[in-house]
Amino acid sequence: MKDFPFTEKKDTRSGFGAGLLELGRTNPNVVGLCADLTGSLKMDAFQKEFPERFFQVGIAEANMMGLAAGMTIGGKIPFTGTFANFSTGRVYDQIRQSIAYSGKNVKICASHAGLTLGEDGATHQILEDLGMMRMLPHMTVINPCDYNQTKAATIAIAEHEGPVYLRFGRPVIPNFTPADQKFEIGKALMLNEGTDVSIFATGHLVWKAILAGHILAEKGINAEIINIHTIKPLDAEAIMKSVAKTGCAVTAEEHNRFGGLGDAIAQVLISNTPVPQEYVAVNDTFGESGTPDQLMEKYGLTENDIVTAAERAISRKNK
Amino acid sequence: MNPHNKSIEELKDIASQVRRDIVRMVHAVNSGHPGGSLGCTDYFVSLYFKLMNYSTDFKMNGEGEDLFFLSNGHISPVWYSTLARAGFFDVKELATFRKLNSRLQGHPATEEGLEGIRIASGSLGQGLSVAVGAAQTKKLNKDNNLVYVLMGDGEVEEGQVWEAAMYAAHHKVDNIIATIDRNGQQIDGSTEEVMNLGSLRAKFEAFGWTVLEADGNNFETLIPGLQQAKAETGKGKPVMLLMNTEMGFGVDFMMGSHKWHGVAPNDEQLEIALQQLAVEQASDY
Repeated sequence: MKDFPFTEKKDTRSGFGAGLLELGRTNPNVVGLCADLTGSLKMDAFQKEFPERFFQVGIAEANMMGLAAGMTIGGKIPFTGTFANFSTGRVYDQIRQSIAYSGKNVKICASHAGLTLGEDGATHQILEDLGMMRMLPHMTVINPCDYNQTKAATIAIAEHEGPVYLRFGRPVIPNFTPADQKFEIGKALMLNEGTDVSIFATGHLVWKAILAGHILAEKGINAEIINIHTIKPLDAEAIMKSVAKTGCAVTAEEHNRFGGLGDAIAQVLISNTPVPQEYVAVNDTFGESGTPDQLMEKYGLTENDIVTAAERAISRKNK
Repeated sequence: MNPHNKSIEELKDIASQVRRDIVRMVHAVNSGHPGGSLGCTDYFVSLYFKLMNYSTDFKMNGEGEDLFFLSNGHISPVWYSTLARAGFFDVKELATFRKLNSRLQGHPATEEGLEGIRIASGSLGQGLSVAVGAAQTKKLNKDNNLVYVLMGDGEVEEGQVWEAAMYAAHHKVDNIIATIDRNGQQIDGSTEEVMNLGSLRAKFEAFGWTVLEADGNNFETLIPGLQQAKAETGKGKPVMLLMNTEMGFGVDFMMGSHKWHGVAPNDEQLEIALQQLAVEQASDY
């Protein structure tokens, strides 16, 4: 099992803020919109340096999505910023009609996704956003794993013509992705090659998968770990290549077990060569208040849960 | 520059032809929305044959020209007919309205690449936001052209309209002319019965808009009203034109009632409607 050294822990939302600032300096068409959460989204540096290209929308997310769609007409590349909950469920029809169906080049940037939002509780802890966004035709769905990858993804999506949902979060987590690693939309990243089980993880669960890989290695299990930062379009080729070798899969995501990464991968498997698959995901429930670590433990999203799921997947394959 | 710049006499003939298209289009597929389409015909004809600066060589980004957005997308027949008559696409294509594999979807869409359409609409309340965003891009691009947007009056029951109204005034989006089709009708009845809109003038003025009113079924008042709206742009406030229209205007049995909101005429009713919409030289598609 490979080591993934890191020098510091950082939040993915700060990666977004840094990426947006860099885009401001390199791409004059990039504009930012925010619904009264500029500090939380780390958009303040962009706002300060490019006030004429930053639009404070107030607490009016539906309007923000429509504005962003309209701003694309004439060549701007709008990046909208608010919490993941208010970036998706609250404005689903606006995104559906004005952005996705209309094929508009809007980047929907969503912070505080999932349980790791913590103490604010279930009203803000959206666990259904990946599913909602995956279902929209034309939509690209990205959930990077750390600060560096979120920064790189933010920069990459400006070059991609079409609507994108970029999901990131609040907690500080190990920043292990190389700072110079180019982000390729739709290309799964091999983190550790293995032969016994394929662990496909996205977002905050990628680091947990790495921790799980070490625990499994101690048990003599050689896990292949793949970072699925792009959930749509999904890198089916990389997935099938991996399970052809390992014969079973674990999917890990900070999301409801319905509609997210697990279901996306299950679709690929059943359409090709089915293998046993175990989900590490929230079991069709809402979250609650608590610290991020407490919540990840209570709802079954720790490295130990991934280990258990891997052992289960392996045992099913041997039957 | 408007590519047509017609006289008022000519506009009247064009409007009758557009109205003939509308009733024939909805009759052909026994579906669609004739009432609001007929009521707003004079507005569309005024914009596309007199007031707006645009090119029929359609480009999505719309740089260097005025833009128009239709928020109440269900009145697509009037827009499609106007676009075709203005030269965006062949009038023969109007015969495909609402049929399978058509570019003329029930509600306007960009997916099929129909010239003249820049955003999908139909789910109500979204067009004002889109238009305000497009107007802000014009400002960023130092493009002095204007953005027009039409909404229904029942549509302002959607909360997003007021989010956009507040935003446009706050950000001084003064290169937009929004129009509300004040026909007083919506699907379930009159706006006063369904949801009393009160004074739209007082509401929009309170939100920081310049508010004008015009009769929308009379070119002698509508053209000056739109020209006045144009003159009010660039003064730091968004501009709202409350346009009083009669649903179904031009076809007597369709007028003044919400019942023709989304109902097509039968064969006999079509004949009566076409007789009432006589044009010197009809050029039906």
